[in-house]
Amino acid sequence: MFTGIFKDTSVRILITFMIVLCVLSSLVLPDWMQNNFMYGLSRGLAILGLMLLWRTNLVSFGHALYYGFGAYAVALCQKYFGITDILLRFAIAVIAAGILGFCLGFILRKYREIFFAMLSLAFSMVLYGLLAKAEFLGSTDGMSISPSTLLGMELTRQYLFYLITFFVICAAISIQAYLRSTLGHLTTAIQDNEIRVEYLGYSVQKAIHIKYVMSACLAGGAGGLMAASLGQVDPDSMVNWNVSGELVFITIMSGWGNILAPFIGAIIFEFIRTYAFEWAPQAWAAIVGGTLLAIIFFFPGGIWSVIEKVFNYGKKKNVK
Amino acid sequence: MEIKIFNKTTKIASASMLVASCLFAGAAMAKDSVKVGVVSFLTGPAAGVFGVPAKQGAQIVIDAINNGTMPAPYNTQGFAGAKMNPVFSDESGGGTKQVGLFRDFVEKQKVDAMIGYISSGNCMAIGPIADELKMLTVFSTCGTPRLYEEKLRSHVFRTQANAVGDSLAAARYIVDMYPNEKNYTGINQNYAWGQDSYKFFELGMKQMSPDSKGSDKPQFPKLFVGQYGTEISALSLDKAKVVHSSFWNGDIEAFTLQAMVRGFFQKKIFVSSVGGSAVDALGKKFPDGIVMGTRGNVGLLARDNKDPLNLWFIGEYKKRFNALPLGPSYQYARSILAYKFAMDKAMKKAGKFPTQDQVIAAMKNIKFKSFTETISMARGGGHQAVHSVGYGLTKYNKKGKTPGAEKVKMYGPECIYPPAGTKSEDWINAGMPGAKCK
Repeated sequence: MFTGIFKDTSVRILITFMIVLCVLSSLVLPDWMQNNFMYGLSRGLAILGLMLLWRTNLVSFGHALYYGFGAYAVALCQKYFGITDILLRFAIAVIAAGILGFCLGFILRKYREIFFAMLSLAFSMVLYGLLAKAEFLGSTDGMSISPSTLLGMELTRQYLFYLITFFVICAAISIQAYLRSTLGHLTTAIQDNEIRVEYLGYSVQKAIHIKYVMSACLAGGAGGLMAASLGQVDPDSMVNWNVSGELVFITIMSGWGNILAPFIGAIIFEFIRTYAFEWAPQAWAAIVGGTLLAIIFFFPGGIWSVIEKVFNYGKKKNVK
Repeated sequence: MEIKIFNKTTKIASASMLVASCLFAGAAMAKDSVKVGVVSFLTGPAAGVFGVPAKQGAQIVIDAINNGTMPAPYNTQGFAGAKMNPVFSDESGGGTKQVGLFRDFVEKQKVDAMIGYISSGNCMAIGPIADELKMLTVFSTCGTPRLYEEKLRSHVFRTQANAVGDSLAAARYIVDMYPNEKNYTGINQNYAWGQDSYKFFELGMKQMSPDSKGSDKPQFPKLFVGQYGTEISALSLDKAKVVHSSFWNGDIEAFTLQAMVRGFFQKKIFVSSVGGSAVDALGKKFPDGIVMGTRGNVGLLARDNKDPLNLWFIGEYKKRFNALPLGPSYQYARSILAYKFAMDKAMKKAGKFPTQDQVIAAMKNIKFKSFTETISMARGGGHQAVHSVGYGLTKYNKKGKTPGAEKVKMYGPECIYPPAGTKSEDWINAGMPGAKCK
């Protein structure tokens, strides 16, 4: 599955982009931008998970379930076991969300289209209700998370950023490897015609289930990293339906052409929001919404389609 | 050649001089102004009766201090001589979002201090981050006692006393005014502020009126829900006559309107610890005879206070915004006063423009003159203010066409707060030793 993965153009571009980002942010760009990159890359993982589902025409309106689950897994492990190691935090978030995704996958894999979207929304709101009611889970106040450590050492935000970039590269490469495999190629086939895929001898439900678990893992990891980099979790900014909506919005904004697209989209979103908040504290939501609307109107293929046009990148691949 | 070299040298010299002068100018500039982030709800259900009046209160005091037009004892211009350049920002969106914005304020906008925050949830989220980023932060309104009882904070101050006093004063008022009512219940928002408020009201009632009994069905709806039909039914069926509530923002207005039409307030003794702002918003529609608090001697309960600083504040507020200042207006303005007080004090001690550490050292344990009383930062290691808290019965003033209050009782800080270093819950359970009530 991973053979020749580093010769893949998308992977090469991804790695170059991330390295450039790291170098720029540590040498040239001001400190605050690093925060935006960190949030953007973390959230980008969840977008990557949604993009994966989208390739099979499945839109989840409840991915904040896994995003929040990962974040709360990190928070609870700190509260009860004192775990602050960033490697453990990431692993716990991914595994916790993966297990939840595996269980719910048995139900969700049977549904398509609006039913899939609404059912996933319902599950996420169940978690939201639990978290908002439970006082020992911090209720609507949430919990604060102490700065991460690495193998017992204190971790500066600079190194946290490098580590997040590293996690993102690993995750994105794994996804690219999956997309190049037979199972990955099946996804677009399922989108075209499920019955035909079944006749070819593959189980559509199984393929979707695997994809769903992967997507849950990514969203969980995203939540875990977000919690670690922000230092706070609460149900309204991690699990509520508008968080799911935001994720779907960034997915549409990014476009689904490439594994790099979600990260660029999420970073741009962070910057739009930062400036909207600064310029118009009373109408920031209108600015964010307006920008997203404009992108959908003028670039229906998302930001990635613009990049493709500018660099003429997608064409060569199609010819091949 | 020589001339050329000379030219080059002069160029370099003049360029470096220019750079140097810019640097000096920059250093001088920093002493001319301080940049401060002022955060309150500017959108959403808490903006109208909380966030916007809070911002307006801060604006009046900041402008007056910048221009040197504030009455004594704040009649010197500026904050340690520097003008304040406030950056107003929105508090809505939850703690996690606010933490992100706080980082932006510190690292991107490079503010000198942060002032504000209304929601207890946000304060709990910002507290640890402010210490981590070493940013002087003055909380204005939020009330959860957990902020300092969980941990002492190095960079965080709060000029508003915590929920313990609001709840204990409410219990005292009930015991003083309605000694025969022994059953009570509550409706509070399900988050730090609401949970703490009801908990301390209950603990206080148990101590002050040992044969009283709390209902086993107190209501805890979610914050910002706005629909209370079922809760009103449940409370109406409950035999407890006293109903405690720490509702604030649009929730208290919504609750009042929905409960009013069902005759709720005729049947119950409703105790509202922060509802003062809704009284003004609803005007003459607001029912009379509700036990109302404003979290201190501010807002509705301070309308008749003749302190010159208070009269000035009310006058300026009316002139500029054509409205009366509400509780949050006072609370934010008070934080600005505390900041000025500490800046000036630190400047005096240091003999030059103070560093952040000097301001923090100066702010600890201060006693500063506020609009209606002198407030001391006597708890939480010198970081947490205590002040008196009052309750009264709402009474619409038909002649002046303004909302007002009657039978107001003020409880001093020695009566409703534990001594420094004692946890509130332990102190109340021990029978509130040393409490001095008039």
